[in-house]
Amino acid sequence: MRTRLRAWDVAVLLVLAAWATPFFWQVRTSFTPDSELLATSRVLPARPTLIHYQAVVERSVMPRALGNSLGVATLTTLLALAVGLPAAYGIARLPVPGKRLLLLAVIASTAFPQITTVSPLYLLMRALGLRDTWTALVLANTSFALPLLIWLLAGFIRDIPVELEEAAFLDGAGRLGALRRVVLPIVAPGVASAALLTFLASWNEFLFAYTFTATEASRTVPVALALFPGVFEVPWGDIAAASILASLPPIVIVVGLQRWLVRGLVAGALKE
Amino acid sequence: MTRRQRADRFAGLAFVAPAALALASLAVYPGLWVLWLSLQQRVPIFGIARFVGVDHFAFLATDPRFWNAARVTLVFTGVSVALELVLGVAVALALQRQRAGRRLALSLLLLAWALPSVVTAKLFEWLYHPSAGLVNLLLGRDLNWLGDPALALPGLILADVWRTMPFVALLCYARLLTIAPEVYEAARVDGAGHLATLTSITLPLLRPILLVALLFRTLDALRAFDLMYVLTGGGPAGTTETLTVYAYRSLFQTLQLGFGSAIGVVIFVLVMAVAAGYLRGLRREGLAA
Repeated sequence: MRTRLRAWDVAVLLVLAAWATPFFWQVRTSFTPDSELLATSRVLPARPTLIHYQAVVERSVMPRALGNSLGVATLTTLLALAVGLPAAYGIARLPVPGKRLLLLAVIASTAFPQITTVSPLYLLMRALGLRDTWTALVLANTSFALPLLIWLLAGFIRDIPVELEEAAFLDGAGRLGALRRVVLPIVAPGVASAALLTFLASWNEFLFAYTFTATEASRTVPVALALFPGVFEVPWGDIAAASILASLPPIVIVVGLQRWLVRGLVAGALKE
Repeated sequence: MTRRQRADRFAGLAFVAPAALALASLAVYPGLWVLWLSLQQRVPIFGIARFVGVDHFAFLATDPRFWNAARVTLVFTGVSVALELVLGVAVALALQRQRAGRRLALSLLLLAWALPSVVTAKLFEWLYHPSAGLVNLLLGRDLNWLGDPALALPGLILADVWRTMPFVALLCYARLLTIAPEVYEAARVDGAGHLATLTSITLPLLRPILLVALLFRTLDALRAFDLMYVLTGGGPAGTTETLTVYAYRSLFQTLQLGFGSAIGVVIFVLVMAVAAGYLRGLRREGLAA
C-alpha cells in the first residue's frame, strides 16, 4: 500500500513537472549561447552562459521596467488595502446606507472587461496629465483590484465572531480600537492573501500599462517584454532571460508564499 | 437610535466612502463615459468629435471583421474553457490521492497560472518556433504554428489552457479536500467501485465549485487580450483576432476612439449577458442567493 502511494505521488509530480516544461525550457534557453539556440540536440546546453542575462541587465530597459513594476505593484497593493480594508469592515459589520447597492457595484465591477473602460480611462489620464506616470497605473490597477479585495476581506471579517469585538467595546474600546486590536490581528492572514493577489495582478497587468505608458519612465515589465527590441533578428536568448526576470516575483509567491496565495484564491471562489 | 448606533452609521459611511468614490470615479464613471463615446465619431488626431448615434453598432452588424472576431472569441472561449475544466478536474482527482510532496506539486501546478500572460506568450512563441521550437522538435515536424491560419488558433488555445487549467484544478482540489473520508468509507462499505464512487459521489460534490470555475473562466476567456495580442497579434489573416484585439486595434492603432469604444460596449454586454445567464442557472440549482 505504502509503495503504491509513493509511486502515485511520483507519477503526479512527474506529470506536473511536464506541465511546467514550457517554463523550464525558457530557463534553459536563457542560459544557452546563441550558437546553440537554433540547433537544439540536447536537453541542457553544452556551454551554459550568462551572456543573455548580462545583455538584459546592462543593455536593455528591463532593469528600469523591473523598478517600475515593483513600485507600481507595491503602491497599488498599499493603496488598495488602505481603501479596501475599511470598506470591507464597513460592509461586513456596520449599518452603511446603500450597502446593497455598493455590494452590487462591487460584484458587477469584478466582471468589468478592462478593454471596455480603457478608452475613457485613457482620456481621463490624458486630461489629468497623468500619461506615462506611475500614478496612472496605480489608480487604474487599484480600481480593478478593489472589488475582489473588498469581497475577500469582507468574507474573512464576517468569519470572525462578533462577540470578540463586543467584548472589546465593554472594555471601553471604540470602533477603531476594536478594529485595530481585535479584528486586524485575526484577519491578518486574510489581508496577506488579498495583498498577494493584488500585487500579483498588478505585476502581471498589461493592457493599462501598455496604453497609459509611453516611455521607459513608467513602462512596466510586461510592456517592456512585449516590446522587447530585436535589431536584425529576434534575440530569443535575451527574451528568455528577460522573461525569467519578469517571472521572479510570481515564482516567489507560488513557491514561498503558497499557503496565502492558495487561501486567497480558494476563498474568492468558494465565498461567491 | 443610541449613541453607538449613530456613531456606527457615521463610521460606516466614513469607512466605505473612499472605496465607493474610487469605484465610482474609476469604474462606474468610465463605464458610462464609454457608452457616450460609443455614440460618437472620435478621431483625436484629426480633431474629429461628433455625435453619430448608433451608427457604429449598425456598421458592426454587417461588418465581416466583427463577425469573424466574434466567432474567434466564442471558439477560443468554448474550447479553452472545456479543456481547462476536463483537465482541471483530472489533475484535482490525481492530487486528491497525493500523500507526499503536495507543496511541490502545487508549486509546479500554479507556476503556469501565476506568470504574467505576456511571459506565457513569449514562452509559447519560442516553443512554436518553426525550426528551433520544442514543439516541432518533439513532433519531428516543421510546422509553422503561428503563421499557418489553420494552426494559430489551436496554438493560442493550447497556451491559454496551459496558463489557466491550474486555477480550475486548484479550486476543485480545495473542494475535494473538504469531503469527509467517512463519505468514501461509507461508499466502500456499500461495495461501490472506483467508477461508481467517482460518478455518484465525487463529481456531484464537485458540481457547485465547477460551476463557479466555469463562470470565472468563461468571463476571463471572453475578456482575454494580453495572450493573443502578444503571441499572434490577431494573425495570421485574422484567424486569432478576438473582439478584444479588434477593439484595441480600433482604439489605439487606427485611433477611432468612438468605434473602438462601441466594440468595447459589445464585449461588456456579452460578458454581462453570460454572467447573468450563469447566475440564473446557479439560482435555479439553489446555489446562489
